[in-house]
Amino acid sequence: MDLSILWYLVPSVIMTACGVYGFITRKNLIAMLVSLELILNSADLNFVIFNRFLFPGSMEGMVFTLFAVALAAAETAIAIAIIINIYRSVGDSDIHKVNKMKF
Amino acid sequence: MDFIQSTDYSQFVSMLPELIVLGIFVIVLLADLFAGDTKKSFLTPMTAVLFLLGTVAIWIVPASGESIFGGMYVNDTMTNAVKAILNIGAFIVILQSAKWVDREDVVIRKAEFFELMLVTLFGMYLMVSARHFLLFIIGLETASLPLAAMVAFEKRHYESHEAAIKYILTAVFSSAILMVGLSFVYAFSTGSLYFDDLARVIQSGEMSGLLIAAIAFVIAGIGFKLSLVPFHLWTADVYQGAPTAVTSYLSVVSKGAAAVTFFVIFTTCFGGVYSDCWEWMMYAVIIATITIGNLFAIRQKNMKRFMAFSSISQAGYIMLGAMAADGRGLASMIFYIFVYIVSNLGAFAVISTIESSTGKLSMDDYNGLHKTNPWLSFTMTLAMFSLAGIPPFAGFFSKILIFTSVTGTGSMALYMLVLIALINTIISLYYYLLVVKAIWISPEEPKIGAFRSDNWSRLALWICVAGIVFFGIVPFIYQYCVDSVSASAGMLGLLN
Repeated sequence: MDLSILWYLVPSVIMTACGVYGFITRKNLIAMLVSLELILNSADLNFVIFNRFLFPGSMEGMVFTLFAVALAAAETAIAIAIIINIYRSVGDSDIHKVNKMKF
Repeated sequence: MDFIQSTDYSQFVSMLPELIVLGIFVIVLLADLFAGDTKKSFLTPMTAVLFLLGTVAIWIVPASGESIFGGMYVNDTMTNAVKAILNIGAFIVILQSAKWVDREDVVIRKAEFFELMLVTLFGMYLMVSARHFLLFIIGLETASLPLAAMVAFEKRHYESHEAAIKYILTAVFSSAILMVGLSFVYAFSTGSLYFDDLARVIQSGEMSGLLIAAIAFVIAGIGFKLSLVPFHLWTADVYQGAPTAVTSYLSVVSKGAAAVTFFVIFTTCFGGVYSDCWEWMMYAVIIATITIGNLFAIRQKNMKRFMAFSSISQAGYIMLGAMAADGRGLASMIFYIFVYIVSNLGAFAVISTIESSTGKLSMDDYNGLHKTNPWLSFTMTLAMFSLAGIPPFAGFFSKILIFTSVTGTGSMALYMLVLIALINTIISLYYYLLVVKAIWISPEEPKIGAFRSDNWSRLALWICVAGIVFFGIVPFIYQYCVDSVSASAGMLGLLN
């Protein structure tokens, strides 16, 4: 049985939605970072799907995905480093402890 | 096949501005590595002089006008002019950070500060020159990730960490949203992410839900970098918590690069659906940006937060150039960025010298400043007048040029937009003059004693004052922007 493009796109959309929802609702910095990774990976997934199904002759989406994965790794590395800094100075990675500056 | 031809490595020579910045980066890195554990007092002058030479080289050497790597990257007079202008901003930031990087808890990492700054500048260059979405994304990330490290630079200050986590999370969120939008763009392309190829596909009148969603996502993604309302919520906290040198860098240089990139993407790539789609999105965003930025700036007491909201509303004015979406709009946008760089950095140079000498940041501390520090008061006043747009300072001319470029399109709706922007200029006058009032009119005794700022800051202040006074009056600067844009108009495929 051939799977149509929808079988791949729907999980990707669900991943995006979960990522945005998680980013807004989660209170832990690490959990927020995981949600961000979900959005980034769903974008990568989109690129691969569109490349595979719509433009099977070219490679542009795949190449974009390769670079995007590397960029996502770099983003995570810096974010983790900053979260460690926060943990050292606050003793917690709860977002409610990081609210000294407001309005 | 484009990519087979592009294995010609001599093409890298066309990336002259990038090579210059990378060269300076390598020199600073090696000097830092091999200089030993001394205080490295030569590092700041060395970086500043090298950077100045590089800036002069970018000004002097004419752009090759080539597009290389199969058209991914262009080096034309417009991008060269933008890079040179960003360089001037970065140079002033180096000067004004010279005292801060010698503070005892920072001095051991002072070369890192310059290195990170040069890397972000390299990313901004790529962003401005990119004509392909892959190179654009790489440039955007290269520009914004080291900035997070720069925001977190003051290890011993809690505020710096809080600002950094807020910055990195929103930056990653925005670039994730941007990538999702780009994947939608990819879906209706012909399998290519070149701006030119996309422009051929996205024709006027052919609207789909996917295209609207894609454009909205891309606006959101770049809007985060530009801190347009409703994507501005990180701005005030990050500006307040970051070291002052980084705040000034964030508020002018990174914003200027993002604005020009926004213009290039939206006129070349999405230019076909200008009036169908994104004109109205940007219309709403600009009105919200200018108004909300102004209204929130009124109630701020911390000078850095105050400058944050002021820079939000200034970003709205900058984006007016994108509404004009023609060569004149781009020229006045570049001119506005140039004037905004000197005016905002003038204000930030005063704030940072006062902060590094006395540690005071509140607007109430500025009461009666003219009795003790008349020259700083004078500079601050000029910067505020220029930001508010009072003639004969440069800010007046940049505002009038960007307004006329928008009204020059002849659209009634855009006339209304300019009217709203004008009304907001009057509101902004109120809060900019609050600072001037605190400095000159407030009868209280000054809280800041007389001090002499270091020579680096004085040089930065002098450059900013010269810029504020002369950029408007000297017609050469605007003419330079117009010439550089019109010389590369063919490459941009501007809307007419």
